[in-house]
Amino acid sequence: MGRTLTVIHALGLMLVVFSAAYLMPVATALIYADYAMLLDFLLAMVWTFFIGFTMWLLTRRYKGELTIRHGYLLVVGMWTAMPAFATIPLLLMIPNLSFTDAYFETMSGMTTTGATVLTGLDDLPPAINVWRHELELLGGLGIIVLAVAVLPLLGIGGRQLFKAETPGPMKESALTPRIADTARNLWAVYLGMTLVCIGALKWAGMDWLDAVCHAFSAMGLGGFSTHDASIGYFDSPLIEFVLIVFMLLAVVNFATHFLAWRSKSLRMYLRDPEAIASLGLILGSCAGIAFFLWWNGVYPEFATALRHASFNLVSIATSSGYASVDYAQWPIFAPLWMMFLTAIAASSGSTGGGIKMMRTLVLVKQAGREFLKLLHPAVINPMKIGGHVVPNNIVFAVLGFIFLYFMTIVTFTFVLLISGMDFITAFTAVLASINNCGPGLGSVGPSSNYAGLNDFQTWVCTIAMLIGRLEVFTVLILFTPHFWRR
Amino acid sequence: MKILILGAGQVGSTVAESLVGEANDITVVDSDGDKLRQLQDRLDLRTLTGNAAHPSTLEQAGIADTDMLLAVTQSDEVNLVACKLAASLYNTPTRIARIRATEYLERQEVFGTANFCVDFSICPEQILTEYIVKLIEFPEALQVLEFAGGKASLVAVRAFGGGPLVGKPLSFLRTHMPQVETRVAAIFRKDGPIIPEGNTVVEEGDEIFFIAATDNIRSVLREMRRMDKPAKRVMIVGGGNIGRRLAKALEHDYQVKLIEYNKKSCEKLAGELARTLVLHGDGTDEKLMQQEHVDQVDVFCALTNDDENNIMSALLAKQGGAGKVIALINRSAYVSLLQGGKIDIVLSPAHVTIGSLLAYVRQGDVAAVHSLRRGAAEALELVAHGDRQSSRVVGRRVGEVDLPKGATIGAIVRGNQVVMGHHDTLIEAEDHVIVFVTNKQMVKKVEKLFQVSIGFF
Repeated sequence: MGRTLTVIHALGLMLVVFSAAYLMPVATALIYADYAMLLDFLLAMVWTFFIGFTMWLLTRRYKGELTIRHGYLLVVGMWTAMPAFATIPLLLMIPNLSFTDAYFETMSGMTTTGATVLTGLDDLPPAINVWRHELELLGGLGIIVLAVAVLPLLGIGGRQLFKAETPGPMKESALTPRIADTARNLWAVYLGMTLVCIGALKWAGMDWLDAVCHAFSAMGLGGFSTHDASIGYFDSPLIEFVLIVFMLLAVVNFATHFLAWRSKSLRMYLRDPEAIASLGLILGSCAGIAFFLWWNGVYPEFATALRHASFNLVSIATSSGYASVDYAQWPIFAPLWMMFLTAIAASSGSTGGGIKMMRTLVLVKQAGREFLKLLHPAVINPMKIGGHVVPNNIVFAVLGFIFLYFMTIVTFTFVLLISGMDFITAFTAVLASINNCGPGLGSVGPSSNYAGLNDFQTWVCTIAMLIGRLEVFTVLILFTPHFWRR
Repeated sequence: MKILILGAGQVGSTVAESLVGEANDITVVDSDGDKLRQLQDRLDLRTLTGNAAHPSTLEQAGIADTDMLLAVTQSDEVNLVACKLAASLYNTPTRIARIRATEYLERQEVFGTANFCVDFSICPEQILTEYIVKLIEFPEALQVLEFAGGKASLVAVRAFGGGPLVGKPLSFLRTHMPQVETRVAAIFRKDGPIIPEGNTVVEEGDEIFFIAATDNIRSVLREMRRMDKPAKRVMIVGGGNIGRRLAKALEHDYQVKLIEYNKKSCEKLAGELARTLVLHGDGTDEKLMQQEHVDQVDVFCALTNDDENNIMSALLAKQGGAGKVIALINRSAYVSLLQGGKIDIVLSPAHVTIGSLLAYVRQGDVAAVHSLRRGAAEALELVAHGDRQSSRVVGRRVGEVDLPKGATIGAIVRGNQVVMGHHDTLIEAEDHVIVFVTNKQMVKKVEKLFQVSIGFF
């Protein structure tokens, strides 16, 4: 019990820190002189601060180092508690919004899924829109990573938490000797790129509010928009191009960005096998799908086909989830291929979702190894990625992960089917949720949203988002008997 | 010359043996007294047991008045430290170290006077690897030795039926391929040397040494024997220092399979090599060889550090249908025993690598030395200095040079040009002259010939 209270102690402190995140919508409300909004957000801020502070104060006798197992508990606790607190302003502002829908919305934001249950986005107060997008920015690189960066309190447990939250199979390579430095550097790169993105979007023709919001959701690979029609609202090839560039940047490991920035050399990208594979696969698919659409006569001109295929494919494959046209109307191969890419294309350590390109590479190479072993029984061929040997225990961990990942998809799809959904909607809703992508197909396609789901279905998708963001193991470990056994 | 050799391993003892024969004062230091005792029983030299990197040991060994230090112990670090000590404490004029780690070799500044003061570094494994790579590149040749930075080569080949030259006098070469410049430096028939003349008839089974520009090697080889297809598949047994380097050097141009007995080494090798297929198993396991299609292998190299294993696996491979088999043999008794048998090429690491050391030890400006026919003969690359007055070579025609009997001038490398050593070729200053010496006793005389008389300085 004492250890659990230690977790609550740390959780309380994190909530206190999290309450600072309300400052941005508060500032927005001030700028737009929307005093009703200002009050709502101040109230939410005070409540979050107060509850967090109380939790921290009451358990301060239990302050101490976290064990590995309680690290997992803390991470999952954070990722469920923060979206819950984040719903306060939404519930205060939007009448008739149920907690289920509000929680779906904030979870969708923090996990950078970008699926929404709200309609009439264009009419929402600016402060609410900034809040939704800020959640995507915070969740993108990870709130624990941020907490480790600003709070030295986590100490040795910090590295463990960091690993539990950062996506990807291999997390051993530290960029700097101290974990807090690493976290700080990653956030510096991330925020720096976001600032550049805001500037680029403003230059491309957005107003400041839209530029800030879309830069947040693009860098976090979230996919929220301030408009119901998403990026289709702007109908601007330039804006689409800018977003493509920044989404492709965000789908690369931020550690690689950091190394490239530190060594002032682009060669670091060539040394990152994941980046090459991700970008190669995405760009190759753009050309292929553009050709496919043009060949099928969806768009009479190849240039138009290339524009729409590129934007929507990059958006889905990077797990952002913007749409500029209703790609669900395209021949089914194209949207399904995009859904497939979303599952594999993002790099580990990026803000994207899915199983990550590193695991895909491991799986492909493992298949090659098996073939070689059949032909040459005496062969010794360790798995090598980018010239480095991948130890067998990581290969096994990846295989285990893939199994759990697919079983989760299958189980959740069945659950949604039981609830009465049609197959294509159920399957793509689970895929889009677990891969933190956003829009699926069918009745959760790009032209509609998740508002049509009943409460049960909404909760299933919410849980799928959380499992996907924390990469299955971190969440499911809490449900194993071993976790609770002393 | 007073020479101090550190390390009495393979390299140390071979070089000691070779240098003792050339009237030098040799002291050998090693930490293993048994090795030294064996060495002293055989050769006329002084030995000392101790740590080669300790100043006291070096002092006892008489480093104070040593002309040359050869640090060839197993350990790169000991060799480096010994060179540094020799330079800064005792002012030894010439310091040569054996360095194996590419970490050091890639950063030449490590050897500079500011750091470890190594005048020359040699890596026997690397020399051996390059030697084997040449043999795989020219599978018909018995030996391919480079001179003048690779511009000219000396090639040994056994004449076989199917070559146009076989059964004809050497002068036929000139008429048959007038566009290719080459010169036959020596012919060994039934182990005896023949001084080649224009009317010497080449017989089947002759071992022919010819010199040609490196680009022309293939066309000359074609005259001596039927050509094989260029090698594509290579199998290596033994993933030690040499096997690993060889696989690394070959893996991008050939299909390489490497068999290694130790599983741990296998894993390390597989991590390090990009395209080589690393197999875990015994190099003398014929089942494994069959399974890996030894019959399809063009060149088979047995490179473990165990002579008997190398012999057995090379024989098994030949039996199993491998094209050309090469075996690495350390014991010189085995080498002479196996030459000309079922194993196509028997390599003695000591003989292959000794030349690069000898080049530094020799007097006169010797650019390269290659030991031939297990040390009985030698090919030297000497640089001619001075003018007609101070030198006995420069400004004279090849026919006029007073070479001892058994020595021939094979070729002259002038700048980027390779000129064959005909009777009327004029030798100029700074020419690199390649001299073929069929009897090692002549080497001293040849070196003397190229020394500049005092007046030059």
